[in-house]
Amino acid sequence: MGKSKCKVKEKYNWPMTILLLVLAVVFILGPLYIAVLIAVKDPSEMANVLSFPKKLRLQNFVDAWVMTDYPRKFMNTLFITVINLVFTILSNSMVAYAITRNKDKSKFFNFAYYYFVSAMFIPFNVIMLPLVKQASAFHMDNIFGITFLYIIFGLPMNIFLYTGFVKSIPPVLDEAAYIDGATPFQTFYKIIFPLMKPMSATVAILSFMWTWNDFSMPLVLLSEEKYQTLQLAQYVFKGQFNTEYNLAFASYVLVLIPILLVYIFCQKWIIAGVTNGAVKA
Amino acid sequence: MKKKHGKKSTVNKSFYFMVVPFIILFFIFHTIPFFQGIFYSFTDWKGYGIWNTVGFRNYIQFFKDPAMGQTYAFTIKFALCATILVNALSLALACGLNAKIKFKNTIKAIYFLPYMLGTLIIGFVFNFIFGNVIPIWGQKLGIEALSTNILGTNHAWLGILFVTVWQAMAFNTLIYLSGLQTVDRDVYEAADLDGATGFKRFTKITFPLIAPFFTINMVLSVKNFLMAFDQIMAMTGGGPGTSTTSISVLIYKRGFDGGQFAYQSANAVILFLIIAGISIFQLKVLEKREAKMN
Repeated sequence: MGKSKCKVKEKYNWPMTILLLVLAVVFILGPLYIAVLIAVKDPSEMANVLSFPKKLRLQNFVDAWVMTDYPRKFMNTLFITVINLVFTILSNSMVAYAITRNKDKSKFFNFAYYYFVSAMFIPFNVIMLPLVKQASAFHMDNIFGITFLYIIFGLPMNIFLYTGFVKSIPPVLDEAAYIDGATPFQTFYKIIFPLMKPMSATVAILSFMWTWNDFSMPLVLLSEEKYQTLQLAQYVFKGQFNTEYNLAFASYVLVLIPILLVYIFCQKWIIAGVTNGAVKA
Repeated sequence: MKKKHGKKSTVNKSFYFMVVPFIILFFIFHTIPFFQGIFYSFTDWKGYGIWNTVGFRNYIQFFKDPAMGQTYAFTIKFALCATILVNALSLALACGLNAKIKFKNTIKAIYFLPYMLGTLIIGFVFNFIFGNVIPIWGQKLGIEALSTNILGTNHAWLGILFVTVWQAMAFNTLIYLSGLQTVDRDVYEAADLDGATGFKRFTKITFPLIAPFFTINMVLSVKNFLMAFDQIMAMTGGGPGTSTTSISVLIYKRGFDGGQFAYQSANAVILFLIIAGISIFQLKVLEKREAKMN
């Protein structure tokens, strides 16, 4: 059976397969393997950096967990990520819907479209200095403030992503709902929003990646230790880890584990979502 | 046309309720800081205390400042090298992944993995590799160039470049691969019949067909690399000396701690002009070329 299958199908390109596998293992998995290796080693075994440890020292993880106050940093990051994701999808999709449907009828909505989309040309670093002053004046230098800012700052990109998709939904649907007496809000949340699911998935993935891995915004906005995110905590603790590489790497691995788990389980989804977003853009 | 003849279609008021609050919020938290930055760039504010408007003094100072020149030279050199390397390597890798290979999805997933990981942590991991792993190999193998920590030398930027390329390739490869997958196999077969194979087939047929994906990657790459921040903060902090201080790192360091709030605001304005200019230029040029090729 196997043979007949092979005959029908084109032959696998084995040299290419092996080349790509070797490169992937050496360049991508190699550094990650080193990270895990250092994380489970005893400091006394560091003389030979890459030797396999004689016994696993899981105490490194316990120490890193306690030292960086991992649970708190994890909950902070999770809060920012989840709240941002939920509110971004609910609100940004609505704004994009209202703009797209009225862009051609009304100058105001046309202006709104260009207003948001042109803001994509303004990188965060450009507004960073005044923003920090403003955020501290408004007492937004905390978890709630930063989450709020993420939702607002995501608007340009997300409106850009959503508009193309909204266009592909026939306006006849809106009109039918309107004739049945539905308000625009009802039309949106009951009829249009469910149809936007594929693009919402993309927006969700991109927002998740952005907030979970972001370093610069927490760095400039969250000065209090209790508000630190996982990424920021690693930066702050860099000095304290000093040359205790095993402790430091245990901490890094603890930060990488959640995202690796997400990747392993939602890998297909994530790859499809990111591709979708980039190609639309 | 329609507008002129038909009656002006009215917009339901609810749509305004959907959009206006967000315009106001966006204006307060994004547009106002942006204009504030421009305004402060014409003052001598240190970030605290009193200030005066000083006209274009910060901008004149900007062009005379050797530290600023060094930062821009480094950032542009870095962004150019990273853009070329990432796009060349990603395109090659994508062609490989597009071949008829076994374990395709697994291999693809491994190459995409770096995109998922925080740049900061990746920077820390490679710090260790450059500092504690490669020098040992270099000494064992007797290779002079590899036996010291590259991040402590004049070539520190190459270490940062390596890590940047390592991570950025994940995204770029994915985009090129999705581009290659849009090319119909029949096109290749037709090309084979016409005798176009290998490199010729790539330049004459494949590349023009995936040109839009090339556009996306070039624009995003240049923009991202000109704003390099996380990896530099993680790996060198801008050093040794100030040799790897990128524009963003300089804005952060001097703007917040160096008492140069106004001066770095001017720097930020110029960074904005460059990023916006490049984005518009690239989109225009690359789109035109695509249209020509089609």
